[in-house]
Amino acid sequence: MTTGTHVIEVKNLTKRYRDVVAVGDVSFTIEKDTIYGLLGRNGAGKTTVMSILTAQNFATSGDVRVFGLQPYENAKVLSRMCFVRESQKYPDDAKPGHAFAAARIFFPHWDQELADRLIADFQLPMKRRIKKLSRGQLSAVGVIIGLASRAEITFFDEPYLGLDAVARQIFYDRLLEDYTEHPRTVILSSHLIDEVANLIERVLVIDRGRIVMDEATDAVRDRAANIVGDASAVDAFVQGRQVIHRESLGNVASVTVLGALTLADRERLAAAGLDVAPVSLQQLIVRTTQHAADQSALDEGALR
Amino acid sequence: MIEEGRALFLQIAESVEDAIIDGSLAEEAQAPSTNELAAFYRINPATAAKGVAMLADKGVLYKRRGIGMFVAPGARELLLGERRTAFAVRFVDPLLVEARKLGLTPEDLELLIRDRASVPAASTTEGNAR
Repeated sequence: MTTGTHVIEVKNLTKRYRDVVAVGDVSFTIEKDTIYGLLGRNGAGKTTVMSILTAQNFATSGDVRVFGLQPYENAKVLSRMCFVRESQKYPDDAKPGHAFAAARIFFPHWDQELADRLIADFQLPMKRRIKKLSRGQLSAVGVIIGLASRAEITFFDEPYLGLDAVARQIFYDRLLEDYTEHPRTVILSSHLIDEVANLIERVLVIDRGRIVMDEATDAVRDRAANIVGDASAVDAFVQGRQVIHRESLGNVASVTVLGALTLADRERLAAAGLDVAPVSLQQLIVRTTQHAADQSALDEGALR
Repeated sequence: MIEEGRALFLQIAESVEDAIIDGSLAEEAQAPSTNELAAFYRINPATAAKGVAMLADKGVLYKRRGIGMFVAPGARELLLGERRTAFAVRFVDPLLVEARKLGLTPEDLELLIRDRASVPAASTTEGNAR
């Protein structure tokens, strides 16, 4: 559903908190009507980026455009975006109905029928004050607002906290269903990478304030492979390839290499009696960010 | 159903191909829509669309304007040919490698295959070889 038009354009965005660089000179674009996965470790800068894009935080420097405009104090832009925060605060005496009523006023495409259906799906107690809801029920309030607002751009910042596996599946299913009927841009930040791997069309991986991956999810899926078997045979095969991870037990080694395997590679592996195991998106991202961390530790060590 | 490490759209295309090969999706029958595939496999509709587009490019599916995608006449033959060619690489080669490791000659294998084929299929449910 990639149309090639950008709804968000970020150029050289930097955010500094005193002497800590939360986001360092980041540039990327977000395409219209596409589901993105914004992935990365805690403290990598995901929430900072999302809050700057939604004008809830200021950039130290750089240019941010949403629908071609600056989002700050720009009601025309803000009413077309919905940001579901992990730690959204509500007034003390508010009940879920109050939050939904406010969202209904704010978001022009709000769909009450969808909201009602989701309230039933998540079995949300409507008579209880939000303050008294469980963590999972609080997350459900956010998820309902995020989906029913049908905003042109919706950010979900780790929307699943406290949601059990069943409730998360409801969220993923409803998101896909509603996205199919009403295509829009969704940016989903999550640590449960394998759970969202099939939903997201593009991956943006942010690591220590920098974008380290910005690609189509499908292109990433066969990006890496684990080669397992006799250590010397494994090492012979991986020579000259980019190795991002290696572990061994006795004389058996398991090495993660980057680069799709060709048919010739596979024949060579079979002849050498080596096994090839797929690398999931989650493993790939863990390995890539680990690898980057090790590399920079090495670089820093070399500088000393 | 969906495995790691392989492009999703290829797996979606393969699932449709499998249905055509085993006859559950007949030629000239309407193929599942992009949205149906996306909902069933719980994947992004753009990915499902890519799989369907690949099958259309290959001539396995064709579009009837305003109605949807249909299985092209001759699609089954086309796919059978393709799969038979791939069969040697995907199944026979690994079999030979393992056999060699165990000291089984091609003659031993032939006997083994005949022997197994004459037994009614009971414990052959391990069908996830790729």
